[in-house]
Order: sequence, then structure tokens, then C-alpha cells
Amino acid sequence: MISTVALLLCGPAALLGTAVLAGAFSRRASATRLVYGAALAISAALLVIVADHLMGNPGEVSAVTLPLGLPWTGARFRLDGLSAFFLIVVNLGGAVTSLYGVGYGQHESAPHRVLPFYPAFLAGMNLVVLANDAFAFLLSWEFMSLASWALVMAHHRDEANRRAAYIYLVMASFGTLALLLAFGLLAGPAGTYAFDAMRTVQPGPLAAGAVLALMLLGAGSKAGLVPLHAWLPLAHPAAPSHVSALMSGIMTKVAIYGFVRVVFDLLGAPAWWSGVAVLLIGGVTAVLGILHALMEKDLKRLLAYSTIENIGVIFASLGLALAFKANAMPSAAALAFTAALFHVLNHSFFKSLLFFGAGAVLSATGERDMERLGGLIHRLPVTSFVFLVGCVSISALPPFNGFASEWLAFQAILQSPDLPQWGLKVIVPAVGGMLALAAALAAACFVKAFGITFLGRARSAVVEQAHEVDRFSLAAMAVLAVLCLLAGLLPGFVIDGLSTVTLPLIGDRMPVQTAQPWLSIVPIAESRSSYNGLLVFVFITISASLAAFFIHRFASHALRRGLAWGCGFDDAAPAAQYTAVSFAQPIRRVFGGFAFRARETVEMPAPGTLDPARIKVDIHDVAWETFYQPIAGAIDFATERLNYLQFLTIRRYLTLVFLYLVILLLVLALWP
Amino acid sequence: MNGLTFDIAHLLAGSLVLVSFMMLYQDRLFALINVFALHAVVLALSVAWQAYIQDAHHLYITAAIALVFKAIVIPVGLHRIIQRLGIHRDIETAVGIGPTMLAGIGLVTLSMVLMLRVTPEADPLAREDLAFALSIILLGLLVMVTRRNAVSQVVGFMSLENGLVLAATGAKGMPLVVEISVAFSILIAFIVIGVFLFRIRERFDSVDVGALDDYRGERQ
Repeated sequence: MISTVALLLCGPAALLGTAVLAGAFSRRASATRLVYGAALAISAALLVIVADHLMGNPGEVSAVTLPLGLPWTGARFRLDGLSAFFLIVVNLGGAVTSLYGVGYGQHESAPHRVLPFYPAFLAGMNLVVLANDAFAFLLSWEFMSLASWALVMAHHRDEANRRAAYIYLVMASFGTLALLLAFGLLAGPAGTYAFDAMRTVQPGPLAAGAVLALMLLGAGSKAGLVPLHAWLPLAHPAAPSHVSALMSGIMTKVAIYGFVRVVFDLLGAPAWWSGVAVLLIGGVTAVLGILHALMEKDLKRLLAYSTIENIGVIFASLGLALAFKANAMPSAAALAFTAALFHVLNHSFFKSLLFFGAGAVLSATGERDMERLGGLIHRLPVTSFVFLVGCVSISALPPFNGFASEWLAFQAILQSPDLPQWGLKVIVPAVGGMLALAAALAAACFVKAFGITFLGRARSAVVEQAHEVDRFSLAAMAVLAVLCLLAGLLPGFVIDGLSTVTLPLIGDRMPVQTAQPWLSIVPIAESRSSYNGLLVFVFITISASLAAFFIHRFASHALRRGLAWGCGFDDAAPAAQYTAVSFAQPIRRVFGGFAFRARETVEMPAPGTLDPARIKVDIHDVAWETFYQPIAGAIDFATERLNYLQFLTIRRYLTLVFLYLVILLLVLALWP
Repeated sequence: MNGLTFDIAHLLAGSLVLVSFMMLYQDRLFALINVFALHAVVLALSVAWQAYIQDAHHLYITAAIALVFKAIVIPVGLHRIIQRLGIHRDIETAVGIGPTMLAGIGLVTLSMVLMLRVTPEADPLAREDLAFALSIILLGLLVMVTRRNAVSQVVGFMSLENGLVLAATGAKGMPLVVEISVAFSILIAFIVIGVFLFRIRERFDSVDVGALDDYRGERQ
């Protein structure tokens, strides 16, 4: 009987085979449908295998060592609760994205630049989640990075895309370097690169701190933690939309998998301050991410920045779980950890959905700039409805799934008074405040995203000719919208399913939720808090239906037509509507000073001229200017100096070699 | 091992270091090549003595190779090159003799300290041999670094190789094949460098390697 993990490894192998075939035949007209169809079938098959495994014996661990890679070590792969959960995230996302790609890929101008790398990217993500030694993990991780880099470069004639891809490549190499060092520290002097061996060793506090910092750098740069996020809003939107969905919705989750795998599984017992670091970074990331999103007028960049916010929420929950775990509060730790993983699942749903929506808008109108859209609800009724579902979910409004996971996170934050350290007692509520702020700003952000894009009146002529997208894209978006609603209505099933992950990693689980009456969820005790998504849903449905019924039944049917109040402007041109920038202006005025060094200047026309007055807004990316530019400058400076070494005489080169040799010998002679 | 054999081996290896110092001191090319020939002769003696005390007959062949090629063929060849190039009057040290000698003393001290420290459990003869060999290698490098003329850089390189041979014969059991291949590679290097010297000369009217830098089309 072939083991489950070996069966699962056939999936990435099949995907890689598809990638090779796609490389050979990508110029055929039918290639797009075939490649995405194959990816869909393989992802669905993987999903079925994992589901079967979880139905049968969820706690079972299945491992295999393949004679691949480095001689004498081989490549180890393993399936446990954590990897099974992330396999579901990856392959559910992969399957829906492939379904979307069947339709969306038809609009691709250069399919031969996308088709070979798309299955390879999926294979890379699957392999990262399955890897069970540092070598296989890093190789798969780098493979995933490079495949996604190639997809970012798909439209390489655009200068901005090339720059985005370059920055992505630099950041990805930097992240892998950090991971390499982290695994080196974990392996210790014995050099055991198998995860099973790392699990048994408890590193010293200094090494554990260094590994945590390196994981925050390595996995954090891939996930988009501030200040390592700079590449993300450039690279995610540059790829074709379904790939953006994969990168934003799924690849960031693979990065979180890497972080969880190392910090919760391999690193042993955490120290309480490690929770503080992760919490603070998570909170700051959430707030800054969503503030940046609010300032955006490019729909896909807005979504990418919002990804940063959600990553912040997830990391804050993970930090909370670390803090509780360090203080031997397993039930609270399980609650925070479940909240983080639940949000991972939810974010993969609604972020993919929103990117699909943005892709649909892009293929219908050719525009990503919200200032040139508007009124699309008349042209794309189905797309706008599912996009609205995504917006409501990501804004954490009940009864959708975003609310359920964020509510759990806040329930975990409310456990903080029981923590013994004063530092945590103070910081956790502060981070809770930041998350609450981020949640509120996220709602504002998606009111803007939906309102400016789909409501109001058309701001450009292209909108007038927009047509609803093909049925594959619509089906993919509808599936995700239904999943968003289901996960919001039935969170108990998800929470119970996550117990297979929390039990081995935290040592405890949340109380069984499916046993609660009426599908309620009760994270700690009924006296403290409970939530019933179904009840909220039924209440909203009934009250809305009743309101509609009463309005239609009892309101006056007399028809009056009149001008809408134009806020004092007589000219009712589309340009007089709210714009993306003007909608965000109040928030920019409140937060812009410290978050963006924003400055508004009003240029008044000279007296007597008829020019319009102009308002100009300067927004700076503080992280970019504070961290990246000095580093880039230092590298430039150093290379400028080292360039001198290119032009020495032969004798000088000999002298350099000689001196170096002598110095090495001296070190050897003087070493104690 | 009785005291006399050890002392003679020590004496020969030590004189090889001394001859290396003599090479550092020479500022005329002919004198440098003569000292190099002496260096090779002492090396041949040393290797022959090692062959005798280790009872390793193939080392006699190594000694013969050193004597024929390094003490006769190569010095004669270099003499002719210098005569044909007409550079026998050049004074060509880039660094003064005094500082070079001081640096040489420092290098010998360094290699003694290092080798005696890292090989405490080895055979005493091999230890001494390795320490001397490292000194000779470093001094050969020093010759290459402190000379401006390509010919004397070749000589420095050859004396460096002598150090390698000394190290190899001191450590027992190096097969003859390795020594022959090393010797031939040195010979080929000598031929190649000789050919290049004439080419450089034809092109630049000098074998001062500084002249090459002027012609690279870049700044010096």
C-alpha cells in the first residue's frame, strides 16, 4: 500500500510534467484550456487525497524519503496535520484559480510566458508544504520563488513590471538567505538537516532568538511583513490577475506555513518575549498595510496592500499564540493559533475572490485605475455581486467568514489579563487596539474599493463598453463567494477541523464546537462569549426581507423625478463624483503625517488668469526611504570603491594574494 | 633515527632557506639566476639525502630531475633569454633590499611558529622539513611580489616550486608520478612563460610587467 505522502507527491510531479509539456506546446491555441484544466484536475485530486486522509485518520503522520537531491541525504517529505491544512489551502486555491484561468487565460497576450510557469508554481508551493528536511524545503521554496518571479516577468515589456520583478528577485534571495541561516542554526554543529532531528533538539536562548529573527526576515519578507513588504505591492499586481490571486492569496500563506513550521514545531518551547516581537510586528504591519491600501487608486495594488494588512493580523494572532504557549496557557494559545489558521483559510478565499474580481474588471475594461472606472454594477452585475461578497468578507462583517476569524483573534486578545508578564499585559491590548483600527480602516478601504469601482457613474468611455466576463471566471468567483459564506455560517466545523493542527503544535485544542446547539461557536465558555453566524444570517435575511416588503407594500408608489442634490455643484459630470483619492482624504489627513510624510499643497492660479487651482499630494513610502534606499546607497558606495580592484597591476594582484595568504597563516598561528 | 642523518637533512633544508634569502638579496638578473641554480643544486642534494635515509630509490630520480632541469636546463635557458633580450644590466627590485629581507625573516618566523604548532605529533624530521618548505614557498612568493621583471617573477615561481618538492620528499610516500608531473608542469610553465616573454618584448620593447598595464586601455 502506497503511503499518503507518496501519493501526494505524485501531484507536484504531475504538475511539473504539465509545466514541461506546457513549455513545449504553449503556442498551440488549445494549450491554455488544457494546461489550466490539467492544473485544476491535479489540484482537485490532491484535495481529495488530503480530504480522504483527514476523514480517515487525521492524526496520522506519513513520511517518505526519496533518493533525490544531495547524495547520502535524500529528500524527505512528510504529511502531518499542519501540512495537511496548508495543502488544503494551497490546492483549494490552486483548483479555483485554475478554473478561473481556463477563462481568464484566453485574454492572455503572451500565453507562452505564463503557461509553463503556472503549474510549476503550484508544484513548488505543494512541495514546500510537504518538505521534511531543510534541503528539500529550501529547494522547493526557491523553486516557488523563481516560478512566481517568472510569472511576474510575464509582461516584461512594461518597465514597471521589470522593476517589480527585479525588486522581487532581490527580496526573495534575501529571504532565502535568511532561511538558510535559520536552518543552519537549527541544524547546529552536527549538521542534521532533517526536520525530525531538529525537532528533538532544544536550541539555547540566543540561538532560538536568532532563528526567530531570521524566520521573521525570511518568511516575513515572503509574506510581506513591514518593513520587508516593499516588493509585494509591486510584484503581486504585475503578474496576470489569477497569478496575483495565487501569490497574494496562497503564496503568502505558504510563507506563514514556513514560519509556523519552524517557530512552533522545530524551535521547541518559546520564550515569552518572542511573542512580543511577533505581536508588535504583526500589529504595525496590519495598520500600515491597510493605510497604504487606502491611499491606493490602483485596484490590484490596493488588494496587494490589503494582503499585507491580513498578514499582519495573522502574525499578531501567531505572536499571541506564542505568548500564551510560553506561559503554559494552552487553551488560550490554541484559541489564538486557531484564529490565525482560520484567518489564513479565510484570507485565501476572499483575497483570491477579490483578485479574480479585479481581473474580471481588468479584462472587461482594460483598466486597473479606479479613477477611470465606476458604475460597473450595471455592466458586470454578477462580478460586482461576488466582489461585494469578497469586500464584505474582508471587512469582517458578519455573517461572512472574515468576521468569524477576526472575532476569534479578538477573543484571544481578551485573554491577555491572565498573562503574568507586565510587558505582555500592556502590549497585547495595545496590539488589539491596532488590529481594531486596522479592521475599521479595512472596512473603509473596501467601501472605497467597491464604491469607486462599481457604484456611481462611469468615469471613462471604456466602462460603457464593458461586458460580463466568461462563465469559467464567474464560476470560480461564485465558488469562492459561497465558500466565504459557508465558512462564516459554519465556523464550528473549521475550528474542529483545525484541532488536528493545534493538538500536536500547541498541546491543546479549542472546545468541540460542532456539539454546540444551533451551530454556535463558544471559544472559551458560554458565559464569556459566543457567536452564531447562522442566527445573524437569518436575522439579516428576515429583517432585510421584511424591510423590503414593507417599503414596497406600504410606501407611496407615486413616481417623482428630480435632480439629485449635487453638493452645491450644478455640473453633474462624472468627474464631480467622489474619487478614490478624495474618499481617502480624511484618513490621509489624520494618519498621513506620520505614516506617509504626506503633504498637501494648494497651487492657486495667479490673479487674473483663468487656470484652475490645483491640490497636490505628496506621499512617501517611509519604509522604502528609511530602509531600502540607505542599503541600496551603501551597496552602490561599496561597489564603487571595490571597482578600483578591477584595475590593478599584475604585481599588485600577486601582492594581494600573498598578503591574504600571510594573514590567514597569521590567524592560524595566533589562534589560541 | 640517529643524530647525524637528522642533522644533515636539517642542514640541507636549512641551507635551502638560506639560498632563498640569497635570492632575495640579488638585484641583478644573472646573479639571481645563478643563485637559483644553486638553490636547485641544494634541493637535489637534499632530496638525494632523503632518498638515502628513507631508502626510497625513486627519490633519486626526483633529485636527478631537479639537478638536470632546474640547476642546468632552466638557468641556461634563462641566461640565453636575458642575453637575447639584452636586459642583463637591469636593476629591477620594486621594494628595497632591506625591507624585503626583514619581511623574509618575518615570513620564516611565521612558518616556523605555525608549522611547529600545528604538527606536534609528527615525525621531527618531517616537521622541520615542512616548516622549511613553507618558508621557501613564502620566500618564493615574496620574490615574485617584490620584483618588477617578468624573468625574476619566473625565478621566484620556480623557487616556490622547489619548496613544494622539499615538502613532498620530507613527507614519506609521495609517488614518483606526482613528482614527475609536477616537474613537467614546471617545465611547460617555463616554456610558455619564455614564449610569452618574447612576445611581450616584441610588442612592448620591455619585459617590465608595468609596461603591460599601460597598454590595457584602462587606467593604471
